[in-house]
Amino acid sequence: MPPPAPPPPPRRILSIWLAQLAIDRWRLAQAVRAGEGADAAPLVLIAETAHGPRITAANRAGYDAGAAPGMMLADARAICPALATAPADPAGDLALLESLALWAQRWGPWSALDPPDGLVVDVTGVAHLHGGERGLLDDAARRLAARGLAARLAIGPTAGAAWALAHYGENGAIMQADGSLDHLPVAALRLDPATLLVLRRLGLKRIGDLAGVARDALARRFRNVRTPGANPLIRLDQLRGRVPEPLLPVVAVDLPLVQRRLLEPIRHRALLDRVVADLCGDLARLLESRALGARRLELGLWKVDGEVLVRTLELAAASRDPAHIARLFAHRLDNVDAGFGIELARLRAPWTEPVALSQRDLDAAAEAHGTSLSACIDRLTARLGPQAVRRPVPRASHIPERAQGWVEPLEPQAPGQEALPLHARPLKLLDRPEPIAVLYASPDGLPRRFRWRGEVHEIARAEGPERIAPEWWRERGTTRLRDYYRIEDGQGRRYWIYRAGLPDDGRGGVPEWFLQGLCG
Amino acid sequence: MEQRLFRMTVPTPLSAFARRRPLPPTRGLPGPAAAARWRPGLADGVLHGEVFAASREGSGAALALALALDRLHAARPDPAADRPDERRWLWVQDDAALRLTGRPYRPGLPAQLRHRLVHVAAGKPEDALFALEEGLRCRDLAFVIGEIAGNPRALDFTASRRLSLASEKHGVPLWLVRIDARRDLGSARMRWDVRAAPSMPPRWNAQAPGAPAWQAELFRARAHPPGQWLLDLAEGRLALRDGAADAGGDARLA
Repeated sequence: MPPPAPPPPPRRILSIWLAQLAIDRWRLAQAVRAGEGADAAPLVLIAETAHGPRITAANRAGYDAGAAPGMMLADARAICPALATAPADPAGDLALLESLALWAQRWGPWSALDPPDGLVVDVTGVAHLHGGERGLLDDAARRLAARGLAARLAIGPTAGAAWALAHYGENGAIMQADGSLDHLPVAALRLDPATLLVLRRLGLKRIGDLAGVARDALARRFRNVRTPGANPLIRLDQLRGRVPEPLLPVVAVDLPLVQRRLLEPIRHRALLDRVVADLCGDLARLLESRALGARRLELGLWKVDGEVLVRTLELAAASRDPAHIARLFAHRLDNVDAGFGIELARLRAPWTEPVALSQRDLDAAAEAHGTSLSACIDRLTARLGPQAVRRPVPRASHIPERAQGWVEPLEPQAPGQEALPLHARPLKLLDRPEPIAVLYASPDGLPRRFRWRGEVHEIARAEGPERIAPEWWRERGTTRLRDYYRIEDGQGRRYWIYRAGLPDDGRGGVPEWFLQGLCG
Repeated sequence: MEQRLFRMTVPTPLSAFARRRPLPPTRGLPGPAAAARWRPGLADGVLHGEVFAASREGSGAALALALALDRLHAARPDPAADRPDERRWLWVQDDAALRLTGRPYRPGLPAQLRHRLVHVAAGKPEDALFALEEGLRCRDLAFVIGEIAGNPRALDFTASRRLSLASEKHGVPLWLVRIDARRDLGSARMRWDVRAAPSMPPRWNAQAPGAPAWQAELFRARAHPPGQWLLDLAEGRLALRDGAADAGGDARLA
């Protein structure tokens, strides 16, 4: 009985909270260190809203001056007139977060975004590669700091626990599966502000307070709420790992991209069409290798004078037909102003969909390039039948006709011992040995003259006998042995003949002679 | 008027045709290639050959194999090829050829070809021709050997020409063995007639049959003058019998 499979190791999730992601990114863009240069003065990032600019992030000096995220810029300016502003860029922040999520896969095989400013990495079973979980946290903190990003890290048994620790626990906390988070505020449950307000009004401030309330009371209170962010019971269960919490992993995708650098800048439409056709062919091959078809295509044309022309194309259905794509682009290139010339053309497919590989016209391809071996065998078998197309393989037997088996032509040869080249064998073997009439035999038993297919052969030279005994484990006891001779007649024709049996072996009458093989 | 009528009614004597000088024999293509005598190991680019042989001996298939191997060896020196040539080869037989001369026997085949054989037992000559053409159109085959007995109606000049064109288009050599066949019309670039010849006595047992030897007559070739050769299979390679020198050695045999 097989031993029971060991239980899967408990999950370990690393949560990374990039608390100052927007400001850090602005600082990196400005190439200033924290608290130096432009960062020394109070600064806020603002987003335009219907009621005017609103602060989304503030740097250290800005916080000290009284600005806080969520304030209207006008209010903050009233407190600190010297407040500098920069526009917020949530899309850029998200893009940075995505790239960071891929980069964070250095600590674990699987990572997910936790927008707007967090990451989740599954580090189950990989901590020992970094010297334990403490070493992993140290490594992550060091590397994030080296990138100029302020981060708070925690490892917990569930994503919810790790998130709570990263945001509300101490930095670098490690929680085991039996740890408790009761001391953390209820905000650590990732709840909506409205729900938090309800809980605060109920007097439930810490996670431990929720345990004091009967579970069915909480369930009744939030029975109409299905969203996890608004239902503390669901969040509590997620925190403790009682219900699964699916997260969308980040998977790196490299867009199909082909480009041509042109030796000489082109200025004429005919040449441009040629280049675009080449690009379409390259892209088609690239897409075909990944079994994809393009839905959206972007053609970028870099001009000598520094301008970039972009032409975008969308297809109704995923396609990788180069002629089709080139024809569609031809319409979009009519108003291209080449100026001093185009020196680089690049085509990429930002949106692709799977398109199964399809077979081209086999007959046309075969006409041009010849068929492959498997196609050739298929055609032969289809017309002649599978028994007609075969290949010989050696078999373990001494009997000549049994020493060769026939198998499917492309079947790999079973490993076996090749016959030792001790004896010469004929080039061809008759399917059925043909009896020969011995007209005159020499005293040692070898015929000197025999008749085969109505013609008389004189044996000029002979080699033998090579005695092959019957295979007693396979044949009946009355089977006679064979004495094989390799002979050559007066005209140089070479045959392989044998005598079945010996005169006095008691297994029949006078031995007969047979011709079995034709030598080259 | 009378004279003219008389002239018109006089029949042309048959002797006028009989006395006409015979056409000069076809000597192949003009040019330097025409003068080159065939010899073993000559890479002349001939892709379609025919070998006429009797059904009582295995010489036809053996010479076809030897010629195919000879061609492979001649084309072999490829410095970029670091792997041995492991392409398959095809041996097509129709029913009559199979019955008369037997089936290929793996232990008797040349060692480098043994494991690469794909054998096709086509029933009718039409099927054999189809299999040959399919084989010629396959780029993964080293060469194709066919064996067809007699002069079937299907194997006419058109079929022969189809085989030649397919062979030359895809570069796959074809050696077609004609068993007990008349020398009919055919488009093969080299046409041989082969008989078995007494072999050289082996070194260690003079009483034993030696390596295969053939009396081969090249009776029709595009790039070579016709001639006769006494060929030996020395250590698996096609070679001229020592006594018969390359130049004029065939005169004695002819």
